[in-house]
Amino acid sequence: MEDKCAVRVDQAVVRFNMASERIDNLKEYFVKLISRELMFKEFLALKGIDFQVQKGEAWGIIGTNGSGKSTLLKLICGILKPYKGSVHVNGSIAPLIELGAGFDGDLTARENIFLNGAVLGHDKKFMREHFDEIVDFAELWDFLDMPIKNYSSGMAARMGFAIATMVRPDILICDEVLAVGDYAFQQKCERRMGEMREHGTTLLYVSHSIESVKSVCNKALWLDKGIVRMAGEVNEVGDAYIRELQQR
Amino acid sequence: MTIIKKRLDVFLRYKPLLGQLIAKDIKLKYRRSVLGYFWSILDPLMLMGIMVLVFSNMFRFEIANYPVYLIIGQTIYNFVSESTSQSTWAIIGNAALMKKTYVPKYIFTVSRVTSGLVNMIFAMGAMLIVFIICHVRFTAKMLFIPVILVQVYIFALGLGLLLACGTAFFRDVQHIYSAFLTAWMYATPIFYPIEQLSPKLIWIIKHFNPLYSYIAQFRTIVLNESLPGAHLVLYGFAMAFLMLIVGGWIFYKGQDKFILYI
Repeated sequence: MEDKCAVRVDQAVVRFNMASERIDNLKEYFVKLISRELMFKEFLALKGIDFQVQKGEAWGIIGTNGSGKSTLLKLICGILKPYKGSVHVNGSIAPLIELGAGFDGDLTARENIFLNGAVLGHDKKFMREHFDEIVDFAELWDFLDMPIKNYSSGMAARMGFAIATMVRPDILICDEVLAVGDYAFQQKCERRMGEMREHGTTLLYVSHSIESVKSVCNKALWLDKGIVRMAGEVNEVGDAYIRELQQR
Repeated sequence: MTIIKKRLDVFLRYKPLLGQLIAKDIKLKYRRSVLGYFWSILDPLMLMGIMVLVFSNMFRFEIANYPVYLIIGQTIYNFVSESTSQSTWAIIGNAALMKKTYVPKYIFTVSRVTSGLVNMIFAMGAMLIVFIICHVRFTAKMLFIPVILVQVYIFALGLGLLLACGTAFFRDVQHIYSAFLTAWMYATPIFYPIEQLSPKLIWIIKHFNPLYSYIAQFRTIVLNESLPGAHLVLYGFAMAFLMLIVGGWIFYKGQDKFILYI
């Protein structure tokens, strides 16, 4: 049983400090300290989430803006730590929270491929072997030696997606990253995700497009203001979500 | 034991990233300049030239082989000041990356300090030129120099971690630190002989300014052609590890909260 679980989130609470302004300089800190205003105005982005993903499943995470979708993904990636509760992850993760997050604008695309690969934990030799494959997929042969700051957001996104999905990770986490690519590239990405699914990759996918979620995922989790509204088969949850949105 | 192994595994997994970050820092530093890496050597040479002109004509110090005396102090001080002030940016400058993917956060500080070290090794090319021009005798005792570099590196790393963590929470730290660096430069006998100071000041500098110990060790080897005293070396290592433990501990305690402040 333990082995089948790819991600297990138990009673996770994520807390942010929502103090009216963020105190990041000493003067303010002391002023507030003296006037006793250093109160922690807490905001719970996730309020006790229980969520289990079995290996090989594809979960779509849906919900309105600010419902905690991205927070949940960041929690699973290890970017955020839970304030209470626990998160267990079994296997390697490829996070696509924002494509090309590790890119440095001044470096050329060629250099960025190696840098971004290293962010994902691959060494140089490995990246050299897969270099052609990445550039082929991204279709960016003509722009390899251009600094990436001159790339359009769509081009950078292609590059990011190609690098992140080059290896088959155990768990792929996608957060609305495909929205910037053109239609053909979005199709290409969905195909690649489909291939990865066939090879047993677990998928966590956030999108505002219910159609896209339905076509990629078999399960869905509906988050609303930091709590789980519904979890189950993708069609059931997706339809319930749409109904609720239309009633508003 | 398992936790140490786990951390070591994480470090090994991200070692390529460390390499890439260091290479990036070095590559970008001189990109689009005609002379490129030569600046690493030219920069300290020019600075030293000016200082030699100023301090041999305007303010005179009776120091034998003054250019050599100067460039040693200058190189070590520049490494510490450059790598630590770069470290203040290590966390906030990589906010975009940290918000999107998990990477061990100390990697950024380690990469900044290490690229500073690589720069210092380039700058030692300038030092070598000065040594040759000023007829410094090359002795086997110079093999001790890497031991000094290790001490300075550990010290700078500890300080860098402390500053990176401090700046993440309070942006003022970088401004305070740049003022502190100027004070620190004058409190370190880089261009003047320590004997110029009052006995009380000498005592304070010798006991509370680790930079003095590193520079003094270096000068003993090159100018006196003898090995530095054991107490000086021990003091240097003790200060370095103390700094690393303090900085590392504070960084470790604060790192999970960085994400809320960047």
